[in-house]
Amino acid sequence: MTVASTAVEFRSVSFRHVSGRPVLSEMSFTLSKGEALALVGRSGSGKTTVLKLINRLFEPSAGEVLVEGVPTTAWDPIRLRRRIGYVIQEVGLFPHLTVARNVGLVPTLEGWEPERIRVRVRELLRMVGLSPERFGDRYPHELSGGQRQRVGVARAVAADPPLVLMDEPFGALDPITRAELQQEFRDLQMQLKRTLVFVTHDIPEACLLGSRIGLVQDGRLVECLTPEEFLRSEHPEVQAVLRTLRVSNRYDR
Amino acid sequence: MEFIQFFVLHGDEVLRLTGEHLVLVGLSTGGAVLIGIPLGVGLARNPRWRRPVLGLVNVIQTIPSLALFAILIPLPVIGGIGAGTALIALVLYSLLPVVSNTVAGLTGIDPAVKEAAVAMGMTNQQLLWRVELPLALGVILTGVRLATVIGVGLATIAAAIGAGGLGMFIFRGLAMLDSRLILAGAIPAATMALAADLILGRVEQRFGARPTA
Repeated sequence: MTVASTAVEFRSVSFRHVSGRPVLSEMSFTLSKGEALALVGRSGSGKTTVLKLINRLFEPSAGEVLVEGVPTTAWDPIRLRRRIGYVIQEVGLFPHLTVARNVGLVPTLEGWEPERIRVRVRELLRMVGLSPERFGDRYPHELSGGQRQRVGVARAVAADPPLVLMDEPFGALDPITRAELQQEFRDLQMQLKRTLVFVTHDIPEACLLGSRIGLVQDGRLVECLTPEEFLRSEHPEVQAVLRTLRVSNRYDR
Repeated sequence: MEFIQFFVLHGDEVLRLTGEHLVLVGLSTGGAVLIGIPLGVGLARNPRWRRPVLGLVNVIQTIPSLALFAILIPLPVIGGIGAGTALIALVLYSLLPVVSNTVAGLTGIDPAVKEAAVAMGMTNQQLLWRVELPLALGVILTGVRLATVIGVGLATIAAAIGAGGLGMFIFRGLAMLDSRLILAGAIPAATMALAADLILGRVEQRFGARPTA
């Protein structure tokens, strides 16, 4: 039953909000290991819900979400989530813990030896471009927004999860920092070949980091194409999104 | 001056009753913490129970203390004359600040932080002990400080049902129209309340002041 090369599969997944409002309807797609899927679409289209269905913060109202061939509802939620790194837009760093302890949290929960955690944390901080000596003992409120995002990324990949979910990970940054982080993250991704699902409003980011781009509209996956195909797509919804994104690009920044 | 003379003459009794008072307040605040914090955690996780239970705790707070003692005295097992009954009443009064601050501290945590904790695979217990309680600690300690200060004042009334403490002086002084006796109870009690406020305020600053992101 387990399909070794499949990381994530949605089988006609529908999801209703507790209020009964339908959020996703009949969504299906398959993501192989090592692929990076960028989810784009307007706010409220259901992109974040897709991520939360994968790490079982939500459970599907109908259909199945499979991670490594096993339905999320059959996974022990704790074990499932420990295998999935999650970066959210608000970062969600723990304000009462230092940067080093934030980054080392999942390894701590997994019961790693303190020395191994220390080494791993130093390695991760360097990887995201933060000096362990300067930043390890600081608290999140002593960091800039960009530094916090870096810590958030480092924390998400600390225990080397095979799957990483990111919800507008670079959304709140200034354009220069964002471009730097995107480039750095791309280099990392090239080395580590993790499976990645991320939500973005930024088409250049989707093309840079994604091996495929999925357009979500009204809870449906209307297109799922490579970046080249996506930019050339004649699909009216893709055209509409490209247009609106261009317009927002011109005026927002 | 005759007042100072009184303290010199009756120093032993002042000390003894102050000691009793401290025990009453310590036990009642301790009880309120032991009941109130778990209750607050439960209410923070079950919003459906929050309103009715907090409402009930609030209502208890509005019962005049002498009336509450009078209600408790005829009750079997928990009632009667003495320190036991007084403790039950004092715990009930100290409960409100502890419970409501625990609920406020826990529900006031940034939802993004809690979501991140759950998404990184924390169990409920880990979420509570590693994230929620440390982040809510400052607000919870404020509740404990309030409960203690309120407890010092209320414990003077406990003397009315034979629980001892500094209230003994005050009631005796009222009965004998002797202001020295009243002050002999009131001054140590007031000092105790101020000291508790100061010390627990320090504790709060030391352990509760968490940097916010």
